This record gives sequence, structure tokens and C-alpha cells, in this order.
Amino acid sequence: MSGAPAAFPLSAARLRRLARPGSFLRFVLRRLLALVLLLLGITFVAFVLTELVPSNAAATNLGEQAAGDPAAVKAFEEHYGLDKPFPIRYLIYLKHLLHGDLGQSSLTHNAVTHDLGQFIPATAELALYSIFFAAIVGVTFGVIAGLRRNRPVDHGLRVVSLAGISMPTFWIALVALYVGFYRLGWFPGGQRLSPGTNPPPTVTGLYTVDALLEGNWSLFTQAFHHLLLPALVLAAFNVSLLTRFTRSAVLEVVGNDYVRAARAKGMPERVVVVRYILRGALPSVVTVLGLVFANVLTGAVLVENIFSWPGIGQYAFQAAVNLDVPAIAGVSMFVAVVYVTVNFIVDVLYGVIDPRIRVT
Amino acid sequence: MSTIALRGRAAFGLRHRVNPGLRQPLAVIGAVIAVAWVLIAIFAPLIAPANPLAQTFTPSMAPSWQHLFGTDELGRDVLSRVIYGARVTLPIGILIVLFAAAIGGSVGAIAGYFRGPIDGAFMRSADLVFAFPPIILAMVVAAVLGRSLQNAAIAIVIVAWPSYARVMRGLVLTVGDSEYVQSARLLGASARRALLRDVLPNVAGPILVLMTLDLATAILLLSGLSFLGLGAQPPQPEWGSMVADGTQYFQWWWMGTFPGLAIFTVVLAFNFLGDSLRDVFDPRTGLRHNETA
Repeated sequence: MSGAPAAFPLSAARLRRLARPGSFLRFVLRRLLALVLLLLGITFVAFVLTELVPSNAAATNLGEQAAGDPAAVKAFEEHYGLDKPFPIRYLIYLKHLLHGDLGQSSLTHNAVTHDLGQFIPATAELALYSIFFAAIVGVTFGVIAGLRRNRPVDHGLRVVSLAGISMPTFWIALVALYVGFYRLGWFPGGQRLSPGTNPPPTVTGLYTVDALLEGNWSLFTQAFHHLLLPALVLAAFNVSLLTRFTRSAVLEVVGNDYVRAARAKGMPERVVVVRYILRGALPSVVTVLGLVFANVLTGAVLVENIFSWPGIGQYAFQAAVNLDVPAIAGVSMFVAVVYVTVNFIVDVLYGVIDPRIRVT
Repeated sequence: MSTIALRGRAAFGLRHRVNPGLRQPLAVIGAVIAVAWVLIAIFAPLIAPANPLAQTFTPSMAPSWQHLFGTDELGRDVLSRVIYGARVTLPIGILIVLFAAAIGGSVGAIAGYFRGPIDGAFMRSADLVFAFPPIILAMVVAAVLGRSLQNAAIAIVIVAWPSYARVMRGLVLTVGDSEYVQSARLLGASARRALLRDVLPNVAGPILVLMTLDLATAILLLSGLSFLGLGAQPPQPEWGSMVADGTQYFQWWWMGTFPGLAIFTVVLAFNFLGDSLRDVFDPRTGLRHNETA
């Protein structure tokens, strides 16, 4: 009896030490608790939404014929607890959620989870490439602006980045499509693949990755060609954001002694910039990732609309305009959950980078 | 923890430092464009060459001297529609920001001043709004309320107020601890009086910056919702929905390009202004709106 607790790696004393104020574990636990509460809040918002929308749920879900059958309607109402009071309905809703049941879309007549599974990879692929492009260009611009502070290049990049956040995404998409597709014919006019092309066998759902896994090079180039224009359009806003963040991060680092020491040692400027300045500046750029992600989702709703991209933005839009309640609730819940989770990760990363944050 | 760049510089009132900022070229350019658009909106009937709703011309003519921006698929003059569009977008954008600032500002001020459970409840509801990407929430709210410009505006107010609540709360927390507010309370000033007379003037600057930048965001969102068909309804000349028409007939590039340019210039003007103003109030300049949820 007496030996067992000592052998256990997490003794009470050790736990207390780990959880002391300002410790990393305590910080993560507190953020995690906040995350769980937030997730509950999100489910509540989604639930209230489904309650607010005036609709005959049974009729829209079951279709006309089944809705005429009292037994079927009754079974449906019992399954979703529609005959119960409000708090009970919320608990039933939560129970269904935990079982992965988001209800059935009244538009597609599929389970919402099935629909989400169909549409998420398309948006994920678009978003990943877009963030990748934005990161390369934005970080480069930011470093240049930071190193040339208050020079013409810096002022020029400030104007460019302000212009970038001022252009409506849907308008850039339209102009890009007009020039790139209609006028020059360099890019396809939308969709993920040319009509009549079979998608690669599904592994990840990302066509470029799946095509490579299949070893189908021409399919890869086709998929890449299709996503290039929408991904670039989607990147525009984030390029601006990342430029500005990188610039201020570089400015914080560039005056430090270790940078001066590296220069004094006679290191080539390229090495100083990449190994010293960029390495010091990048961690704080990570913190903007949550915002970048939100921007991509926002842009996706508009860009997918123009490029007929069968992604989650289109799904959300179709659900909203058709008042397809289960789909609206499902998609906004999914998006919100991903969004707060990204922010949670960013928060924790930030705590790793800057220990002062942990106390607040 | 809302690390908002504006927060630390609570003590700067409006009066002291505006002038050097207005000497910045970007601020001047922004102000000129913004004023120009306001004038265009006010004098639209005098400037516009044609009635924005009259379908009197040959449909889908390319830009020419008769129709500088061409005509649309129904034979309306695009230039006139763009000019009248300012009458839709500007007032509604300004109203959205005023409402969001009033609601969010009051919530934040009350939360920051009284602290405790009120603070907790108010700020958690703000967090909840921040949990959704703005356009998703705005789109859903606008769709649920019914498609109209007014409902789209309400939807944007709903997604926009929390940033004011956060900034205001942070500012009030710092200013509220200051000695002059404490002594005002000791002299018998009510909480309401202390908030309005002692706290508010000191937080006006940062809130003004936020409102300017937010006006840009609100206009983008509003035109985005209209683009999706959830805002202005035909035949109202609204820039976002005009761009949407342009995507239907995109071989006629002028239909979408010019209203898009209008949105771009208006939003750019307010971003120029807001960005320059921020430099005035916060030399450390960051771009951190809702960094964390």
C-alpha cells in the first residue's frame, strides 16, 4: 500500500508543482476548460438557431408522402424530441451530437455528417494551398518591409497591403476569372477538375494528394491547375495580414544584440536574415494563424460561389439561402469548432513562445 | 485575454495628437476619397447622368462617351447605378458601425467598470460571437431573418459589436483604476457620471480608430452579403449585388468591374484613415483584432 503512490509517476506533490500558478500545465488546462465551455456555447447557439427558424421539421425532413403518415411523423418527433420542453430538447440535441448525428439535410436528403464529409476536403485543399501561397508571399514582403523600415519599399508595401485588405474578395475573383479564364484562357473556369474527368481514388479527399498517391501525374497537374486561381484569390487578403504581422515581428527582432553580433562576425546578410532574424520573428507570426484561418473561411464562401468549387462555403451558402436548418446548424457548428480549436492551439503555442502570457 | 493593440495607450485623449497624424499622406488621401464619396452620395441626383432604375438604354453596351461605365443587361446606366450605390452603402455602413459601437461600447464599459459576474457573462457572450467566422454567422442570421438590406445590416451589427466590447472593457479596466476616476467616485459622482464624464473622453481615441477600420470591414461584409443575394434586393442599386450581376454576364466586364472598384475605393479610404489614426494613438502599431477566442 505504502509503496504504490511513490512509484506512480504523477505523485500529488508533482501534480501540485505542475499545476502551480504560471505553470504551463495550468495554463493549458485553463485554456482547455475555456475551450470546452465555448464548444458547449456553440452547440447551444446552433440549437437555438434550429429552434428559431420557422419550419415544419417533420415535413421537410421526411418528404411529403411520409409526412402524411401520422406514425412516421410521430416517430420522427420522438427521435428528435420535438414533443418535449426546450431544455430537454437541448439535451437530446447534445446526445445526438455526441453520437455524430447532425440530422438530415432537407436539401440533399443526406445525413449532414455525410454532406460535410463530401464538402470539407474540397475546401481544405483550397485553404491549404491558399495559406501556403499567402505565407510565402506575406512573410517575404514582411521581411523586406521590416528590413527597409521607412524606406520607399516599406511605404509601398504598406499601401499594397492596405489595398489587399480593401478589395472585396468576390470582386478579385470575378476579375481574375475574367482575365485568366475568359480573356487569356490560361486557367479553367471553375470546378475542381475538367468535366468528364474522374477524380482520383479517395484517400485524403484532396485531389492533388490523392492523384500523387495514385501516381497519376497528369491528374495532379490538372487538379493543381484548377485550384491555382481560386487559391491565389483567396490568398490576397492574408498576404496583407501576414505582411503586416511579419513586418512588426521583424522590427522587434532586428535591433537585438544577437543580430548585431551575427553581422559583426561577418556573416552573409542572407544567413543573418534567414537564420537569425526570421527564426526570431516567425514564432510571433504563428499567433496570427487563427485570424488567417478565419479569413480563408470567410473568403471561401465567396470564392467557392464564383468558381463553382464544391466546398463547405458553397454548402453553407446553399443551406443558409434555402433555410436548410440541420445543414446550417451542422456547418456553422463544424466551422466554429475548427475555428476555436485552431485558436486554442495558437493560444497554447503562444504560451510556449511567450511565458508571460500564461499568467493572464 | 484579448490582446488588442489599442489597449495599452488608454490615456491619450483625442485633442493632443490628431494633427501630426493628419499630415500623413495616406490619411490625406483616405480623407479626400472618403469626402468625395460622401459628396457623391449627397449630390447623387445632380451628378448621375441617368435614373439608376430606368431601363431606357440599349442593354449591355460597352463603356463609351455616352455611358462611361456602359449599360447593364436591362439597359440601365452603370455609372448612375454606381453613383446611387453610394447612397445605399455609406449610410448603412455608418449606421452599422454606430450601432455596433454603441452596443459593444456599453456592454464593454459596463463589464469593465462593474467587473465580477456581469463582466463574465457579457464577455463570454462576446467570445461566443467571436467563435464563428463573421461571414458565416452574418450569412446565417441574414438568411434566417429574411433577405433584405435591413436584415443584413442587423446581422452585421450582431457580428461586429463584440470587438468594441473587448476594446472598451480593456480601456475601462485601465482607466477605471486611475486616481482621477477613483477620486471622482469618492467625491460622490455616480457610476454613470464617472463613466460618461471621466472614462469616456479618455477612451474615445482608440474607439474612433476601431470605428474607422470597422467601417471598412462593415462595408465589405455588407457588399459580400448583397453579393450572395442576402442583402439588397433588385432593383436597388447596391454595389455588391451589381458585382453579382456581373458574374452572371461576365463577358460584359464593365457590369461587375466598376461597382467593385467603388467598393474598393471606399474601403481603401477608410483603411487608410484608420491605419494612419492608429499610428497616432498607438505608435507600436499592430494588426490584432480578434486574435484569440
